[in-house]
Amino acid sequence: MKRASTSMLAGIVLAILATETADAGVFNPETFMLPNGMQVVVVPNHRAPVATQMVWYKVGSADEAPGESGIAHFLEHLMFKGTKTRAPGEFSKIVARNGGRENAFTSFDYTAYHQTFAVDRLETMMEMEADRMTNLTITEKEVEPERQVVLEERRMRTDNNPASILREQVAAVQFYNYPYRRPIIGWEHEIRALDLDRIRAFYKRWYAPNNAILVVAGDVTAAKLKPLAEKYFGVIPAQPPTVRTRPEEPPQSTARVVTLKDPRVRQPSWSRSFMAPSYRYGDTGHAYALEVLAEILGGGATSRLYGALVVGQGVADSAGGYYDPSNRGPSRFGFYATPRRGSTIEQVEAAVAAEIGHLLKDGVTENEVARAKKRLMAEALFARDSLTTGARALGASLAIGRTVEDVESWPERIGAVTAVQVIAAAKAVLTQRGHVTAHLLPADQP
Amino acid sequence: MKAAPAMRDAFFGLIAGLAFAIATSAHAFEVKRVVSPGGIEAWLIEDHANPIVAMKILFRGGASLEPNDKVGLARMTSALLDEGAGDMDSQAFQGALTDNSIRLSFEAGQDSFTGQLKTAVATQDLAFRLLRMALTQPRFDEEPVRRVRSQIMAGLRRDTENPGTLGQVAMVKALFPGHPYGRRTRGTLETVPNIAVADMKRFVAERLAKDNLIVGVSGDIAPDRLAKELDAVFGGLPAKATPWKIPEATPTLTGGVTVIEKAVPQSSIAFAGPGVKRDDPDFYPAYVMNHILGGGGFTSRLYQEVREKRGLAYSTGSGLYALRSAGFLTGSAGTANARVAETIAVVREEWARMGKNGIAEAELRDAKTYLTGSFPLKFSSTDRLAEILTGMQFDRLGIDYLQKRNGYVEAVTKEAVDRVAAKLLNPAKLTFFVVGDPKDVKSTN
Repeated sequence: MKRASTSMLAGIVLAILATETADAGVFNPETFMLPNGMQVVVVPNHRAPVATQMVWYKVGSADEAPGESGIAHFLEHLMFKGTKTRAPGEFSKIVARNGGRENAFTSFDYTAYHQTFAVDRLETMMEMEADRMTNLTITEKEVEPERQVVLEERRMRTDNNPASILREQVAAVQFYNYPYRRPIIGWEHEIRALDLDRIRAFYKRWYAPNNAILVVAGDVTAAKLKPLAEKYFGVIPAQPPTVRTRPEEPPQSTARVVTLKDPRVRQPSWSRSFMAPSYRYGDTGHAYALEVLAEILGGGATSRLYGALVVGQGVADSAGGYYDPSNRGPSRFGFYATPRRGSTIEQVEAAVAAEIGHLLKDGVTENEVARAKKRLMAEALFARDSLTTGARALGASLAIGRTVEDVESWPERIGAVTAVQVIAAAKAVLTQRGHVTAHLLPADQP
Repeated sequence: MKAAPAMRDAFFGLIAGLAFAIATSAHAFEVKRVVSPGGIEAWLIEDHANPIVAMKILFRGGASLEPNDKVGLARMTSALLDEGAGDMDSQAFQGALTDNSIRLSFEAGQDSFTGQLKTAVATQDLAFRLLRMALTQPRFDEEPVRRVRSQIMAGLRRDTENPGTLGQVAMVKALFPGHPYGRRTRGTLETVPNIAVADMKRFVAERLAKDNLIVGVSGDIAPDRLAKELDAVFGGLPAKATPWKIPEATPTLTGGVTVIEKAVPQSSIAFAGPGVKRDDPDFYPAYVMNHILGGGGFTSRLYQEVREKRGLAYSTGSGLYALRSAGFLTGSAGTANARVAETIAVVREEWARMGKNGIAEAELRDAKTYLTGSFPLKFSSTDRLAEILTGMQFDRLGIDYLQKRNGYVEAVTKEAVDRVAAKLLNPAKLTFFVVGDPKDVKSTN
């Protein structure tokens, strides 16, 4: 199975969450709450004597204050430094010595830390993860080299890659007011300006058991896990509750075009994205229908867009659509295409627009809806097969304010979508004037 | 994200990755040898946890057998096998796959041609039938051939925007001049247009046969059922592949630095030194040595020195590339243009230090507990199990490898690692390839 790495780039986040959302099926998790307000979820999977521990904090880049973009992600890096009782780097040494693998990721809406290990090492891992929830010590000595690491990460992910630069610029143009307009990794000048006091304050404010979720997947049961969770996480005092206040997005009434011409570009590409509701924001009743619509329009080699642009007309090498409702804030419904050699950006744009026009005029067939729903629901079976998919889907959903029941009932809710709902959702989203079109082009010839 | 994997095996395709993947220890999955009435063999791990079946197939011999003017042939063939077969055209075939949530795809590596199938038990009859059709009756219709060729060309053009990819391409070309391992499995903008349908049909006829076939299966399927399917799916393949041989190759390592100018803010640095092949008696000491030097996780010497202490790179590390006819040790780092010289100096120093002084007992102990303890983490899904079984057969590791492998790691001594380090980590052979606009580094080659 090809598993993408998580987060930093909006595009990657969208792609992954799309998978996870689709994967969310019947994971049959057990869940309980510690007295200090920390939620615990157990996802049984007994194939091998292994487990994955994930701690999700309900804080992401969209919770940062103006001027401190990148602080959530910077803190994520610093969480691998020392605590009151552990030297910098000791955490990773102990994980490795125990045959464990670990990593972490930051997204718009959450920050998560995870280890995968032989299940008899669970207690060690939990003790360490609980330790750094509350005992992190960060000094200037660690901050400065790590700042360089983060800047290199930004160069690698964004600045070295024209398509990534454009993606970042598109987000800034797409959202007038909602903080998804800022890159998760942060703007370079703000990364450079982040100081120790602000990072410590951010840690103190957001890293607390009552703002965190523990998810353990693997060869474990809630009965076995509960005493350990109580022993290590349960003793951490709750903090004053934090409120995630974010500015709302105003109505958008203009279409915008963002163009990047870069001498590095050898393969032009086109995309367009519309503001859309998510599971948690806006007209949420359309979310499931939009997932079915995205599957009809852009899900794979037999989708409408691939069929029309790539196979039928032969004007594009790739074409598709995407939609991911797993956000606390607004989502986007997007389209993309890369023109085939001999075709132009204008041609693929016109071809996508024609497909959208055809959809709005003629709707979708019952057969298309049934096939799309069947494909989406089948994902649940494959999702259950993986050790980590359930942990990721559940953790991400709870971190944006959804419930275990929401995740578990996903196949049912997809199954209940009708053709009428798909058309209504399409009309609500795709007739908006306030969309953003992006052109990635080679530099003009001198 | 805290860290990205240091290595990508974009050029050697799957096999180098497999050699890594299975080179970790033992867990009690029972591996059964299933032989069909028609004599087709498969290795099977039965796992009835979910109603899913995964199959990984591999034909020995891959892209390295292509003629020089048609590099990319195996890769293009792999992309077209699921684009129409038998009486189904591309859209019909793809529709049957997607509508039934059957996952089928093919890939080409330097030493192998592989396919992977994953299906729910409920759709396995159809899944096996589609696999048989793809292998024995591919159509290569005009529309998908034109489309896939254009997509491959677009991917090749996009690759030229990526400094990391450019560095890897330059590296393998310099390491293996005149040898197929120096070429890209994806082909080039010059060679992909030369690939004709007749070439792909010949590739299928000559390369996909019973005598070079390896099958690994995992999931909810019983041995007798599998035996029947093996004959149904593979029975129609020719008995023998056209004989082939890849000449042995020793990487050319000048010890110098090659700079490829590119106007980007971060230089991508790739480096290579001598390595071992998978069947080398020194494979396990080399494997442990690499883990300590630049292997996975956040504890290797390169990670500590390059990233943690100096903040020179986000991602750095090293890996063993063990091909059938050559082996080398390689690594990478990405750093701001102004800090390339410092990064190269640090890597060189670490290389030389381990080559000269070897490793500490504590490092060996920690490496062993990691490499043996992380073994069961490999078995993360049904398709990963099938892939591991195929890799074990490809590398001729024995059906009891899963039980024995931790013992191989445990048996590695400090003396063996130090001896192998002295042999492999020769700074005079450590060769760098930089793509970017480095401020204080010039090509020496």
